[in-house]
Amino acid sequence: MTKLLEIRDLKTQFFTSAGVVRAVDGITYDVAPGETVAVVGESGCGKSVSAMSILRLIPDPPGRIVAGSIMFDGKDLLALSEAEMREVRGRDIGMIFQEPMTSLNPVLTIERQITETLEEHLDVSKAAARQKALEMLNLVGISDPERRLKQYPHHLSGGMRQRVMIAMALACGPKLIIADEPTTALDVTIQAQILELMKELTRKLGVALIIITHNLGVVARYADRVNVMYAGRIIESGDAVQIYHNPKHPYTLALLRSVPRMDQARGQKLRPVSGQPPDLTKLDEGCAFRPRCDFATEQCARAAPALEEVEPGHISACWEKAKVGLVEAVG
Amino acid sequence: MNEAAATMTTPPPPRVEGTDALVRVRNLKMYFPVTEGTLISRVVAHVKAVDGISFDIRKGETLGLVGESGCGKTTTGRCILQLETATGGEIWFDGQELNTLSKAEMRPLRQRIQVIFQDPYSSLNPRMKIGQIIAEPMMVHGIITDRGERDARVRELLELCGLNPKFADRYPHEMSGGQRQRVGIARALAVNPEFIICDEAVSALDVSIQAQVINLLEDLRDEFELTYLFISHDLSVVHHLCHRVAVMYLGHIIELAGTEELFANPLHPYTQGLLEAVPIPDPIVERARAHQVIKGEIPSPINPPSGCVFHPRCPKAVDGCKVNMPEFREIKPGHWVACTEV
Repeated sequence: MTKLLEIRDLKTQFFTSAGVVRAVDGITYDVAPGETVAVVGESGCGKSVSAMSILRLIPDPPGRIVAGSIMFDGKDLLALSEAEMREVRGRDIGMIFQEPMTSLNPVLTIERQITETLEEHLDVSKAAARQKALEMLNLVGISDPERRLKQYPHHLSGGMRQRVMIAMALACGPKLIIADEPTTALDVTIQAQILELMKELTRKLGVALIIITHNLGVVARYADRVNVMYAGRIIESGDAVQIYHNPKHPYTLALLRSVPRMDQARGQKLRPVSGQPPDLTKLDEGCAFRPRCDFATEQCARAAPALEEVEPGHISACWEKAKVGLVEAVG
Repeated sequence: MNEAAATMTTPPPPRVEGTDALVRVRNLKMYFPVTEGTLISRVVAHVKAVDGISFDIRKGETLGLVGESGCGKTTTGRCILQLETATGGEIWFDGQELNTLSKAEMRPLRQRIQVIFQDPYSSLNPRMKIGQIIAEPMMVHGIITDRGERDARVRELLELCGLNPKFADRYPHEMSGGQRQRVGIARALAVNPEFIICDEAVSALDVSIQAQVINLLEDLRDEFELTYLFISHDLSVVHHLCHRVAVMYLGHIIELAGTEELFANPLHPYTQGLLEAVPIPDPIVERARAHQVIKGEIPSPINPPSGCVFHPRCPKAVDGCKVNMPEFREIKPGHWVACTEV
């Protein structure tokens, strides 16, 4: 299958007074048309910066994409001018962020939030844009859309605002949506509503989705493929069942052992990794996970392992990957 | 609150006076006034944050209090801590009714009741060193008066909570979120409490750090025979840590049962929907689930629905649900539910 998005050896760094932060340190992955890919990891692993890099929304200074390529639908996004990039953002690639209150403009009506993108990208009349905005609100399940169009973001609940964000992201008919922790700020029943809506709409409209999250449950429910990130790198990648039932990186295994599961018997101790994630200004040539790793050997200090195949479609960056993957972590 | 009013409510687990309940809450109500006007302000409405809830917490037990934003779970914790003056109802701790005590009478009890808050960034004073933060409650309660002994105790508490004793000389901003939450736990333990209210104590932490802190809370519970009220929106964590669970919705406890029973056999339609909404970290399990989503949004507690507070979103609602809030009744031993359609 031809790929919609191909990221190759992407590196994004922040040049701060404390040193160079290697936030994204050489990541490579693909997204096929219509596919849902999850990028999962803990705070500071570079998952959000990698998404912002695709959209070229890294604030410069202090940040900069220093290496790599991002091919989207036949175009090299890193070679586009700022004006050309603006055409891509919002039209070909939609965005959904965590905080719908801060990502909607508080002084614009809901109508204007949606029609602004449409008029900017699609060269439509005001009336047609309004009609489209109505359609979009209907599509994302907002009741009484006529009235909602006249309201401002502060009139809406968190779940409603996130529905508006989805309407905006889908309005111009994008091929890809990047959703950065889209439901983290929402209550669990509202989270379920929003995720079901995103899944239904992306499947119906054939839109590919990159979902960035720390929630392993959300990933298990919605993702086709999973990229696990640690310290700026993808350390394991595969389809969801491979990652959850046959993890081949000690960090993935540790993550799965850290999450309590309500479908399993109580009374078992969680077995998290000890220690803290590393300081991204002080990474050496070895594997970044080795200070916390039960499998670490001398070789892990000498060089960081590359991603290698462990089974078709499943890659892991670990020298000791053959020893990892005792599946007791996942029942 | 007089005796007659207290007996009118239905207390959950039928534990009578003087048994093993360390904390007993009866018909607790907390209404916050909504005012209008700047110079002459008048009360135009009330937010019924907590609207008549009753439960017991036994000695050594961890009771989970779960629910979504605005359900009143945090307000309940604040009422027990006497940080809010309850509008009505009774709160008993070890045989003493807290709302009748004077400030002076309350002080020794404050030592026995401690709290761990959600946000490790705003609950530690940024101008104090970690050592001072942990020593402060000991000084307030006059527990260890000798400075050297107190410093030794601070180091001991830091080690107990998995931190390097050298952290005593650091400031909160030098620490990560997980480390700060450990400081919050060490501070709570400093006065040898019996009962700790954990208000979303692990919610702001990353998964692997969250698991470390959950394990710490479990170890401390075993070592010091602590009783917890564990307030959380995270059902998986509650399932892991709690012995019994109370589910709240719009100021009411709508279901209460032992953890295994509640998760295996949820009876209230809201509990059922809530459990269905929680994704399980296993793609094979997830593919087999139905994903029935509760429709609609949580109504405002200023203007809650008539009758059963859940009826506008309830798939099983009948006409009667619009009229009366169902009685909270014991359906089988230890399993309480407020729904007529069970």
